[in-house]
Amino acid sequence: MTDGDRFPATQHSIVAALGGDDPAAAEKAWDTLVRGYWRPVYVYLRHRWNLPHDDAQDLTQEFFGRAHARGFFDRFDAGQARFRTFLRVCLDRFVLKEREAVGRLKRGGGSFHLSLDFVGADREYVAALPDPAADPELLFRREWVRALFAAVVDALRARAEAAGKTVPFELFRLYDLEGSDAPLRPTYEALAHQFGIPVTQVTNHLSAMRRAFRREVLALLKAQTGSEDEYRSEMRELFGESVS
Amino acid sequence: MTRISDAALTHLQSVAFTDGDRYSLLETIGEGGMGVVYRALDAELGREVAVKVLRTATDPGLAARFRQEARVLARLEHPGIVPVHDAGVLSDGRAFYVMTLVRGQPLATRARALATLPERLRLFQRICEPVAFAHSQQVVHRDLKPANVMVGLFGEVLVMDWGVAKVLGVADHPSNASDGSGVHTGHGTVLGTPGYMAPEQAAGTQADVDHRADQYSLGSVLNEMLEGLAIPPAVRAIAARAMAPVPELRYPDVTEMASDIDRFLDGEPVEAYPESALERLVRIASRHRTAIILVLAYLLMRLLLLLFRGL
Repeated sequence: MTDGDRFPATQHSIVAALGGDDPAAAEKAWDTLVRGYWRPVYVYLRHRWNLPHDDAQDLTQEFFGRAHARGFFDRFDAGQARFRTFLRVCLDRFVLKEREAVGRLKRGGGSFHLSLDFVGADREYVAALPDPAADPELLFRREWVRALFAAVVDALRARAEAAGKTVPFELFRLYDLEGSDAPLRPTYEALAHQFGIPVTQVTNHLSAMRRAFRREVLALLKAQTGSEDEYRSEMRELFGESVS
Repeated sequence: MTRISDAALTHLQSVAFTDGDRYSLLETIGEGGMGVVYRALDAELGREVAVKVLRTATDPGLAARFRQEARVLARLEHPGIVPVHDAGVLSDGRAFYVMTLVRGQPLATRARALATLPERLRLFQRICEPVAFAHSQQVVHRDLKPANVMVGLFGEVLVMDWGVAKVLGVADHPSNASDGSGVHTGHGTVLGTPGYMAPEQAAGTQADVDHRADQYSLGSVLNEMLEGLAIPPAVRAIAARAMAPVPELRYPDVTEMASDIDRFLDGEPVEAYPESALERLVRIASRHRTAIILVLAYLLMRLLLLLFRGL
């Protein structure tokens, strides 16, 4: 598995697929779950448990390895909690047990190894250190949303490149992604001039990209939640009441 | 994997769920002082609509006026006024509102296609209806002119572009302020279009502008609609009264003006024109032409019979 992989197009819940009878579907679901949660887990370990990079990396690997081997998430009951909350509670318990068992287990020595960009995650964490007083749960949630959005952006880029229609994505990247960090967001007129297209086309391309973004975010959100109620609840929390 | 910054995260949460992205702009169909009107596709309902988009996202005063225009339009529910369906802000910050896409022809084109005076007068009366309704709602259009009237495919008359409308009785109403959408003078800004504007409106004293300013514009529109036809003095007088330099000398309201046209069409004396005895005779003769012809024919027959008997 690599970071560049695309998420599955299916909208079936990966949470349900994890404990399902179809091994191939379970593996695919696991893959999606890890890609959606490894960064939130890593950042949470750094912040909530105040772990240095190496320990946070090892524990992230170990947590997912153990969860995979022992079927942690198979026990999830959608009627009891959100999957996101369930995973975080699992993580807290895992860390506590690890601390008790320190010395008995050689971390990172298991057979499960994830090819993930921990170096990049460390660099970004250090570059934008969260307030020490920040609520770990909120931070975990924010990282989860970030991972959700990033997965969708990667998918949209891959799709644009595969179709050879990169202008809409480039506009989206320049205006909605990089433009958010620029001192001054580029104007539609400037983008139109840059790409040699009318302003209305910039408006329409951006509208289409945002619609695609929204559609894919909601699809992935649906896949990462355990029930219809949880999906709707997360959706409202993320985007407000107007989304349906 | 792409790194999404905190700022981009917040931005995406906002823009990806903005209703403005529901509309794809297809082509420009009109431009005004405040905004541009596009033919657009409503992706949600799969229909074409007209979307008016504010020119800039950086002028809060103009944005307030623009939103007010949408609100004014939304409260004017009349078959002769284009309905507003939706309003919001595009992802780049520009305000917009969505209207029914009107398919038809401009008033000038439609009027030219009507050959007779009564036809054009009846068309004009239908412009008066939505204007009178707006006045009953305390709204003054302030920019009535042929270019702002459309005639739909089924003959429906629609008064458009309420961008400089004034709401009476609200002193600090955003729509009542002068701004950059009007015609500039050496002393400030005047809202409206020269040639159609009442003198009190052209003077820039917005406080003096009320529904009678619209009546003045309608008088001007009426004159323009009748170009190319022989205009009877009574009709000229109706337009002239509507365009009286002093508002007090105009009709009390637009409905009265339309009623005067009704009287003319029915062959009755019009309020705006004090006719001479001869003119009254001609009008009455014209009104009862058929009866008079029948009576004259009868009298002629009797006369001829008498003559034959006398021979």
